Amino acid sequence: MTLKPLYSITALFDTPDAIIHAAEEIVKAGYTKFDVHTPYPVHGMDLAMNLKSSKIGFFTFAFGMMGVLSAIILISWITISDYPLVVGGKPFWSWPAFVPVAFEITVLLASVLSTAAMIVLYFKFPNISHPLHDTAYMKKVSSDSFGICIQAADPIFIQTEVMQLLKNLGGSSITSVYLDPEEIDHGQKLFDIRFLGVLSVIALMVSVATYFTLNRLMYVQPFDWMMVQKKMKAQQHTILFQDGIGMRTPVEGTAARGFLPYPYSGKPEEAARYLVNPILPTKENLNQGKAKFLTLCSPCHGNFADGDSRLRGQFPNPPTLHSDKVHQWPDGRIFHIITEGQNSMPAYAQNISVQDRWIIIEYIRVLERARNATESDLK
Amino acid sequence: MTITTVDYSKEPAITSQFVTSAEIDRAIEAPLNRFPSLRWWIALSISISLLLAGLVSVAFIQLKGLGVAGFNQPVEWAFDITNFVFWVGIGHAGTLISAILFLMRQRWRNAIARFAEAMTIFAVICAGMFVSIFHLGRVWLAGYLLPYPNQHGLWINFISPLVWDVFAVSTYFTVSFIFWYLGLIPDFATLRDRATNKYKKIAYSVLSLGWRFSNRHWTHYERLYLILAGFATPLVLSVHTIVSFDFAVSVLPGWHSTIFPPYFVAGAVFSGFAMVQNVLIIVRKMFKLDHIITTKHLENMNKIILLTGCMVAYAYVMELFIGWYSGSQLERFVFINRALGPYALAYWMMVACNVLLIQMFWLKKVRNSIPIMFAIGVLVNIGMWLERYVIIVTSLSRDFLPSSWGLFSPTIYDLGILSFGFGLFFTLVLIFVRFLPTVAMAELKSVLDNAQPTGH
Repeated sequence: MTLKPLYSITALFDTPDAIIHAAEEIVKAGYTKFDVHTPYPVHGMDLAMNLKSSKIGFFTFAFGMMGVLSAIILISWITISDYPLVVGGKPFWSWPAFVPVAFEITVLLASVLSTAAMIVLYFKFPNISHPLHDTAYMKKVSSDSFGICIQAADPIFIQTEVMQLLKNLGGSSITSVYLDPEEIDHGQKLFDIRFLGVLSVIALMVSVATYFTLNRLMYVQPFDWMMVQKKMKAQQHTILFQDGIGMRTPVEGTAARGFLPYPYSGKPEEAARYLVNPILPTKENLNQGKAKFLTLCSPCHGNFADGDSRLRGQFPNPPTLHSDKVHQWPDGRIFHIITEGQNSMPAYAQNISVQDRWIIIEYIRVLERARNATESDLK
Repeated sequence: MTITTVDYSKEPAITSQFVTSAEIDRAIEAPLNRFPSLRWWIALSISISLLLAGLVSVAFIQLKGLGVAGFNQPVEWAFDITNFVFWVGIGHAGTLISAILFLMRQRWRNAIARFAEAMTIFAVICAGMFVSIFHLGRVWLAGYLLPYPNQHGLWINFISPLVWDVFAVSTYFTVSFIFWYLGLIPDFATLRDRATNKYKKIAYSVLSLGWRFSNRHWTHYERLYLILAGFATPLVLSVHTIVSFDFAVSVLPGWHSTIFPPYFVAGAVFSGFAMVQNVLIIVRKMFKLDHIITTKHLENMNKIILLTGCMVAYAYVMELFIGWYSGSQLERFVFINRALGPYALAYWMMVACNVLLIQMFWLKKVRNSIPIMFAIGVLVNIGMWLERYVIIVTSLSRDFLPSSWGLFSPTIYDLGILSFGFGLFFTLVLIFVRFLPTVAMAELKSVLDNAQPTGH
């Protein structure tokens, strides 16, 4: 027992008036490393102990500013640049709508962080191995007594004098509190190997939990019977039909959407006789025709329909469209060739709509006329 | 005739006479050390049964879709959102007691603050369950409510009141929890020093973080408590304001109204106080705390119920008046339909409970009679639950086009949703009263007679 170093001398008082008086006298006697322990905050004690007013409010202000700024910057960045959404035709940066979220984040950060700051920075908590813990003194002040504790570390501490002073002030149960060996030096060491170990285990657990939450858990579907159902897909085998093919051929004579049946199939002369180009050679139509021709026809027929293919012999070159034969064909005859194909040229009915076929024919006529321009065309 | 003189030089006592600090410790600690009574076990088994019944029906709703609970076009919000608003409202009384009455230096609130704050936390847990989990329909997608950077490049829409709700409720829960825990630290330390059981001592030591009642700590502690109270006050107003924005920001007649925020806040405090009063009456009886939570406290709470009830009544009248005064046919129709339409029964029950019945609290006798105030408290909560139901369902079922009208009628699963909320809440309350101090011991000690220096 005697080997243990002394931590402090403690004394108990019965009334709030007595403790205030005692604190004032101890300050007057010049002690600085002392503390008053009361079961609840006693008004006027800060003054009696000569304590400065708490600075925790500055922490709260700083954290609150951090909250409001980070919220406004985050929301502004998201709504202006990263993920702009038009909501009710309002501007992207409609700040009144950001107020609720910014307010909540401000309150959240300011409260949580300043509480954490108080507990960790001011109180140095959690700390459950203080010399005063588990003493008769602590048991009294946690219930209904008021205590004063003068630490041995005080520069003017002399054990007998302190005991005398406390007795004179009216203190009862004056006792000495000794340090246990493990309590002597317990400054919070940041690089303590055990602390770092615990920290890394926690970091690992948090990382793994976060990884699983974001990458696995959020994609788990507890049940998927709305999404995954028994069904037949077009390219799959099926036992439902005799031929074992999932895809069905449409009923004979079915007309696909946007495709009217072509009545002159295999009858080029009739097509030439009965089909009339419904498109007028306006500037707009011709520009469109040029674009279509360049996209769809020019790879084989050449940009000016000379039959100079860009395919370099990978596909037989078509004849030029500037021949007299083509020249004399009515539009319907060319329409028939685009629709049905001719010689090596495949049918384009699936790829080029009826309207576009006529537009392209208008453009071919322009190309022909440009090759054989007359004097009057130049005017 | 006798003339009674009142001594105005002294503030009235908070608790009954002869209550000392030691007596507070003994009375608050006693229920934590006794083996729970038979009545407690019965209460717990009832509330856990309610919870489990609710869980079964909630699980079934998740499995089969929200349609089994009767949610469909046009009434897609019914029991879930009604319960959400109801429970958030219950929570608000706790913050009002712990923060607003603290800022107003209402010393009597120290006796009931802890309990009310605990109820806030439990009620917000219930509310959060309803809105963020069950109402989604697909629970496993709840993570998308929060803004987190993801590989889809998606963000939540910060201009939506439903997103504001997520922030408001989660912040409210966190700040309430911190406030509550901060108050508990000195009490855990007191219990630590009184504990005789080894495991209890370890638990309380850890929970108290090593609190030593040092005045150098108290000075920061008190300042932070004041700051948090200052934060919690606008926070509590903002939370129910944002909840009311879920309705008021939409264009539905009967919802699209600027009176909603104050109206909802008053209603929240109203129902919350009724709930705190009800549960406190049971707890003080059960744990013999009559001398610490006196009828004086209950009477004060009844006064607040009367005040907020009158605010709610004013809002009802004003809604009707504005419905008429707006000149909008749709607005007029909504309120006529509320009073005389298919949900007229719910509406008139609501008016009877929330407006007419509480007028009895003008009488001092009623304010002090425990059975009557208990009954009124229960009816106020029924009335306030119906208020949310009426607001949500009448407006949704009768919107602009008669062709899209449709009625909602609750199914058995809706009763399950209702029972889930009450089951969860009362289970948490019952566990709380067994394991944690129900009264803030340190706070109560500081307002006893002779607790503060006289200055002589």
